[in-house]
Amino acid sequence: MDKSQSLLGDAVFETHLKSLRDMPDWLIELKKEAWVRYKALPFPVRKNEMWRFAHVDGLALDDFVHDDTQGKRECELLICDCGADLNFSDDAHVGGKTLSEELAKAGVLFMPLELAIREHPELVRKHLFERMPDMGSEKYQALHVALFSTGVFLYVPRGVQVELPLQSVHSATREGGSVFPHTLVVAEEGASVTLFDIFRSSKENIRHFACAAADIYATAGANVRYRLVQAWSGNALAFHLNSATAGAQSVVDAITINIGGAHIRGEQHGRIIGKGGEVIMNSLSLARGKQEIDQRTLQTHDAEDGHSDLLYKNVLLDQAHTIFSGLIRVAEGAQRTDAYQTNRNLLLSPDAESDSLPGLEILANDVKCSHGSSTGQLDDEQLFYMLARGIPRRQAQELLVFGFFEEIIAKIGNPHMADYVRQLLQDSFSLQ
Amino acid sequence: MSLEISSLNVSIADKQILKDFNLTIPKGEVHAIMGPNGTGKSTLAKALAGHPDYTVNKGSALLDGEEIFGLEPDKVARKGLFMAFQYPVEIPGVSIANFIRAAVTARMNKEASDAFSATAYYKALYAKMDELKIPREFTARSVNEGFSGGEKKRCEILQMAMLRPKYAILDETDSGLDIDALRIVAEGVETMRGPDIGIVVITHYQRLLNYIKPDVVHVMYGGRIVKSGGPELALELEARGYGWVEKEFGALV
Ligand SMILES: Nc1ncnc2c1ncn2[C@@H]1O[C@H](COP(=O)(O)OP(=O)(O)OP(=O)(O)O)[C@@H](O)[C@H]1O
Ligand SMILES: [Mg+2]
Repeated sequence: MDKSQSLLGDAVFETHLKSLRDMPDWLIELKKEAWVRYKALPFPVRKNEMWRFAHVDGLALDDFVHDDTQGKRECELLICDCGADLNFSDDAHVGGKTLSEELAKAGVLFMPLELAIREHPELVRKHLFERMPDMGSEKYQALHVALFSTGVFLYVPRGVQVELPLQSVHSATREGGSVFPHTLVVAEEGASVTLFDIFRSSKENIRHFACAAADIYATAGANVRYRLVQAWSGNALAFHLNSATAGAQSVVDAITINIGGAHIRGEQHGRIIGKGGEVIMNSLSLARGKQEIDQRTLQTHDAEDGHSDLLYKNVLLDQAHTIFSGLIRVAEGAQRTDAYQTNRNLLLSPDAESDSLPGLEILANDVKCSHGSSTGQLDDEQLFYMLARGIPRRQAQELLVFGFFEEIIAKIGNPHMADYVRQLLQDSFSLQ
Repeated sequence: MSLEISSLNVSIADKQILKDFNLTIPKGEVHAIMGPNGTGKSTLAKALAGHPDYTVNKGSALLDGEEIFGLEPDKVARKGLFMAFQYPVEIPGVSIANFIRAAVTARMNKEASDAFSATAYYKALYAKMDELKIPREFTARSVNEGFSGGEKKRCEILQMAMLRPKYAILDETDSGLDIDALRIVAEGVETMRGPDIGIVVITHYQRLLNYIKPDVVHVMYGGRIVKSGGPELALELEARGYGWVEKEFGALV
């Protein structure tokens, strides 16, 4: 670990700029501005409403460095029969299967972001960093912009239906290192696509920092399914700063699976900007050990007849801590909005703690909105019913936890992906 | 070989329900327990199964000579005691197939459970489901969730058939069943009847006993068995109600 490349000093940014190959001036400018912003913005404090209940002490980044040289090549991981995949290791593209000729001919682009910036600057520039969530992690957003070097660019032209899911895997391999994966999805009018975006560490125990951002745009009538699997090492500090924007009559259906990490901050901003747009936000988190999973969500309705539906489910073991803070914001003109928000927490340990802060801010008068949260333990009668069939207590608890999660897993919509998630949960559960 | 319950005292929420309860179910026999609402029939079933809300103050239950009080409920079940619940519990998100499979493999050693193929399992499961006229689609449904009353009861018997217990207590398995379902379920139980199983049926209705002819009928009142006899006792209760029981035995309890 090269201490001179600490995330707190300017040297790391200078090295990063030098490592960039053939990047356009506008991008370099963006990065320079972002670095200045990053340096100027304060680290989070708990008394800031957007960090309420969070443990902010671990967020100072003082023991992480960044290294732009290519790391070791991580093995490929194919979850299902996918149309194409992209593999990244320490923010370098290391391989994957390319798109079918048919899709490529139709104009679909699925490529490393830096390549897209060089080859299709006009398509990338239109949306790159256009709408970051701005939900408290502005400092980390700026750092992400300053230091990102690659990620996924997925572009689906008007009317094109991509049948098979696409997959990307981002691996981190360096102890004390950092990664800044970026995902940009643009689906044009009437297009349809599914992306599995998987985040993992090469070893279970490495301590590293990850600051990822995924930005999804569904233009009128488009349909984007985005499944994020966060399976970082149990010692990782990770930010996932995501936003989804739905145009008229379009659907963005996002699922976030949180399994790894020591401290996870997730921000998810769903915006409806076109009449009749729809944003679906589902999440499941399994929090163990001393893990903290801090999720903040925003459902913004800026257009009429929009629909948003959110369900975040957490299971907590040991001394784990989860935070759910969600807000539905309906703008003045966004009549006939339908917006729902639910957070459910299942505590399996008396030392675990879940905080829930649901909220509504409604400026239109003709809307249907509801929010709710519940926190409870495993149901004793359900547990007894299982025991009475001879199922050992631990396994009964596990089945009940899976039952609790199944509502989300069933929405994944792909049996291989669903099995992959079940397996990750199973592995995590057996570490108990 | 028997399930031998003696001097059993059980309370719930500091209220004593079973009072010096005695009953022995020899293997190979079917016993019926009848008695008015609230008399403690389900309490008996749940206490035997090890439900944590029921406190056993005194007494013992020997399953083929082995004490089952004090054991964890899952252990009691694996020793061979099965209870069909009066009110089966709904478990969202857990499929019937996974649930029963977990229960079946819990009774195997590691080798056997690793070798237990999905094909073999489904073959056995489907065979029993067909017998009980449970549609095969049910395997994918969540345990009891949204089941009709009768479907729940049928599913309890399906579990019993898959788990092959040594002793089974069927707590009002006939209630909620339509006429055809009653016959199907009763036939299911009859098929399992044999020298290797002892069965207790708790019921309010003589009709079930037309299909499952009990060896002994017990009348339970005020937390204990006050009278035992042959199948004709059930007919007598059906004809006369419980008034005479109260008159005759009310003073005892
Ligand atoms: N949690 C509880 N707290 C207090 N009393 C209880 C509780 N559970 C059961 N009881 C009481 O225990 C008594 C016995 O109940 P039990 O369910 O065993 O009756 P039962 O004979 O099965 O009746 P039924 O024929 O209606 O099924 C009843 O008076 C009931 O109200
Ligand atoms: Mg009862």
